[in-house]
Amino acid sequence: MFKVLLALMPGIAVYAWLFGGGVLITLVLATATALVTEALMLKLRHRPIQPFLSDYSAVITAWLLALAIPPLAPWWLIVVGTAFSIIIAKQLYGGLGYNPFNPAMVGYAVLLISFPVVMTKWPIALSMVETKLNFMDQFHYIFNQTLPANITIDAVTSATPLDYLKTQLKLNQSMEMIQSSPIFGVLGTQGSEYIALAYLAGGLFLWQQRVITWHLPTAFLGGIAVMASFFWAIDASQYANPMFHLFSGASMLGAFFILTDPVSGPTTPKAKLYFAAGAGIITYLIRVYGGYPDGVAFAVIFMNICVPLIDTYTQPRVFGHEK
Amino acid sequence: MNAPINIAGLLKKTKAVFRFNGGVHPPENKAQSTQRPIGQLALPEKLVLPLRQHIGNIPKIKVAIGDHVLKGQLIAEAEGTVSAAIHAPTSGTITAIADAVIPHPSGLSDRCITITPDGKDSWIERQPQDWRKDELAPLVKSLRLSGIVGLGGATFPTQIKLRSANTAIHTLVINAAECEPYITCDDMLMRERSEEIVLGIKVAKRLLDAENVIIGIEDNKPEAIKAMRMATENTDIQVKVVPTLYPSGDARRLVYLVLGQEVPHNKRSTEVGIQVFNVATVSALYRYFEFGEPALSRVVSMTGNVNQPQNFEVLFGTPLRHLIKAAGGAKRDTSHFIMGGPMMGFNLPSDDVPITKAANCIIAASPTLFEPPPPAMPCIRCARCADACPVSLQPQELYWFAKSDNFEKAQAYNLFDCIECGACSYVCPSDIPLVQYYRYAKSEMIALDKAKEAADIARERNEFRLARIEREKQERAAKHAARAQGAKTADSSEKTTAPNDKQAAIAAAIERAKAQKAAENTEPKNTTHLSNTTKAEIAAIDARRASVGLTETKMTTNEEKQAKITAAIASAKAQKTDANQAANETPIKNDTLAVDTEKQAKIEAAIARAKAAKAEATKPQDKGVQTKPSADAEKQAKIEAAIARAKAAKASALETKEQQAKED
Repeated sequence: MFKVLLALMPGIAVYAWLFGGGVLITLVLATATALVTEALMLKLRHRPIQPFLSDYSAVITAWLLALAIPPLAPWWLIVVGTAFSIIIAKQLYGGLGYNPFNPAMVGYAVLLISFPVVMTKWPIALSMVETKLNFMDQFHYIFNQTLPANITIDAVTSATPLDYLKTQLKLNQSMEMIQSSPIFGVLGTQGSEYIALAYLAGGLFLWQQRVITWHLPTAFLGGIAVMASFFWAIDASQYANPMFHLFSGASMLGAFFILTDPVSGPTTPKAKLYFAAGAGIITYLIRVYGGYPDGVAFAVIFMNICVPLIDTYTQPRVFGHEK
Repeated sequence: MNAPINIAGLLKKTKAVFRFNGGVHPPENKAQSTQRPIGQLALPEKLVLPLRQHIGNIPKIKVAIGDHVLKGQLIAEAEGTVSAAIHAPTSGTITAIADAVIPHPSGLSDRCITITPDGKDSWIERQPQDWRKDELAPLVKSLRLSGIVGLGGATFPTQIKLRSANTAIHTLVINAAECEPYITCDDMLMRERSEEIVLGIKVAKRLLDAENVIIGIEDNKPEAIKAMRMATENTDIQVKVVPTLYPSGDARRLVYLVLGQEVPHNKRSTEVGIQVFNVATVSALYRYFEFGEPALSRVVSMTGNVNQPQNFEVLFGTPLRHLIKAAGGAKRDTSHFIMGGPMMGFNLPSDDVPITKAANCIIAASPTLFEPPPPAMPCIRCARCADACPVSLQPQELYWFAKSDNFEKAQAYNLFDCIECGACSYVCPSDIPLVQYYRYAKSEMIALDKAKEAADIARERNEFRLARIEREKQERAAKHAARAQGAKTADSSEKTTAPNDKQAAIAAAIERAKAQKAAENTEPKNTTHLSNTTKAEIAAIDARRASVGLTETKMTTNEEKQAKITAAIASAKAQKTDANQAANETPIKNDTLAVDTEKQAKIEAAIARAKAAKAEATKPQDKGVQTKPSADAEKQAKIEAAIARAKAAKASALETKEQQAKED
């Protein structure tokens, strides 16, 4: 599973470069929390600690959660989220191999529901703000919630385009007007679209290395793209274009790193297609009609519930058996 | 049956190879043993010939200690339908007929005939037959005396495979894939004796009356391919090169590779008109008919951690030690010997075992050649195993079902289609010994089936007994009535009959009560004259109970081990007695029963293999890195128990049959 971490690195590098080193602090906090809680739980459950820590599964959960939450969120947010992911969503279900839900997404959902305000304050790309926060500023903000005297938090953070789009459409703003906002980029969000591209590159590396198969990412992105194209074709003034949906929010991270969690995912090739397409469709529906700006976490958790059912009905034909 | 014939006809000329799902590429390690030609061995000091060298019934011994035998002389003849004869591989004196350790995963001893060679190697009078012209039926019938069995490792008696089947055989597939790593005996045989193989194919083709012949060879044997292509020039035999992909040598996989036809899971290939023979087997067929030579030797790869890996022509019964010596001796760090390949082979109990008909390859193993597997981690459902499964099963689901004893589900997911090739275990990133879980589940399911069968028989017996008692009661009543009738002639009063009737009824009731009591008593009484088998079963079951019960109360590992050993010994004994019983029973068995016996033998082999493999698997797990060593021990105990149960069920079924026969 080390390759999964490796494949995340380009995305992380682009992230830190565009938005500052705050994300690295979050990643370190998440990793430490994950390792400590995992070790603690293993000890309580009388399981050997070393082999389970050295398989990096806890670290992957930590990183995915850290990359899914706003990088300037207070330190306790990621600690609480990661601890919940590891203790409740993973270890209490029996640890590695036994958790029915994607632990990182469970942690994310808990944070989103419990702390909605901090969870929707995303930093603006450094290139777009006049007074930039340096690494130490971000460090102080994460741990003490203090900023340099001349900067207010509203000057360096904003809603995500997915969020902005939803609220503005409700205010009857035209799509053109909305998308002329500087937070929109060429593909999706100004700045984070490059992170998405880096995730895509990392994902292709995983596919090339045969860590993942093509089924899940293709069906997930396909599900989003088909839905987005359909609605966009019906009314382009009310619905964003498919490219925007593919490169916004957690689409790419979800396609290659979140849905591909083998433990909570399906196993047969056909089941993977249904699972991921379903997750893509639900993601889109939550984005457009739901109460939350992005829907990857809820879509994944919902589809996790369906895994046994999908697997049961997609058994491949066994050699020497009739169809 | 027209469709397959047409398809086969169409495909005859095609070069296409049909890929099956999955398969793996373990390191081949074949080059080591192909550097030297097939070597000849000097006569060993003694030859130890186990009676059990094939699938089926144990042959009947035809010699006595002290007899002088000639090379090729029949020393044990086939017994029952599925059985194979055994011949003296050289001339000499029978010096022992006793139990000795045989090359079997269980490490058990079994009846063997020991010959001390006289060094003259003088043949008995051989009787060649004209296989090109002679009538078919006598030719096939004479194969019963040949001792030839499938030399690919399955050791199924060849005469059965050549008997006229219900379905005509249209295609003969010659298995030369040799897909397991290390094994090169077929490769070398093809390189050196391709002409003989082609003649053997012609023998088989004539006996089967097959239209087409396809030889399937993996592409990692270019020299063998070249030799076979040359030898088959100007014949209608087709050589098909299949990609190197384990397990392409599995018969069903090979048939699909070369014909694109899946043999239905519930049928044998012969039922769809296809027969499969190994190259070495057809070569033996040829030698039998052309020269009158029965099965006396085979080519064996002696490879791995020996100084000079090489293939040898080895007389059956040759002690392994003799073969190791011929290959330059085993290197110092050799830990044990494997018979067969590293994927499906098993560990030999010692280097004292004889080479048998099944021994295609012996690998000297060392910790560096075969690293002990790391402790198993939990399954993460990555489904690599499903990608690797040549049967398109879902090993991750089967593992889950086997582990949770959910046998119904395991069956629904076609556990019994598993060929135990080990491709899943090979690719598992969590190093889970998957195949062992499947073997466990299979043996457990078979045991449950047997138990149910036994219960059914017992119920039938009871019903029969009740019916008999009822009948006897009525007969007695009738007798009494008749007697009363006789008395009545003296006593004209009719009233006397009434008490007589009553008396009869009372007598009947007493009789009934007695019978019932007797019936109640029979069970405990029976234990006094139980066969050794059943006693062993009981011991095994007790041992299991003890082990399971004590595991719960935190039994020490030593006690646990002891219990296991007892159980193993008991079941081993039982196995042997079973086999003997089976042998004794066979003459009255018809063909269908014979097939059962074959299945039984297979199952036994599988169980034994499972045991051996399991024992090995549990070793590293015992080191404590695996999460629940006690759970594993429990499972182990369960497996033992399942086996013991299976045996017990079988023994009781047999006994029941006997008793029933007596009663009837």
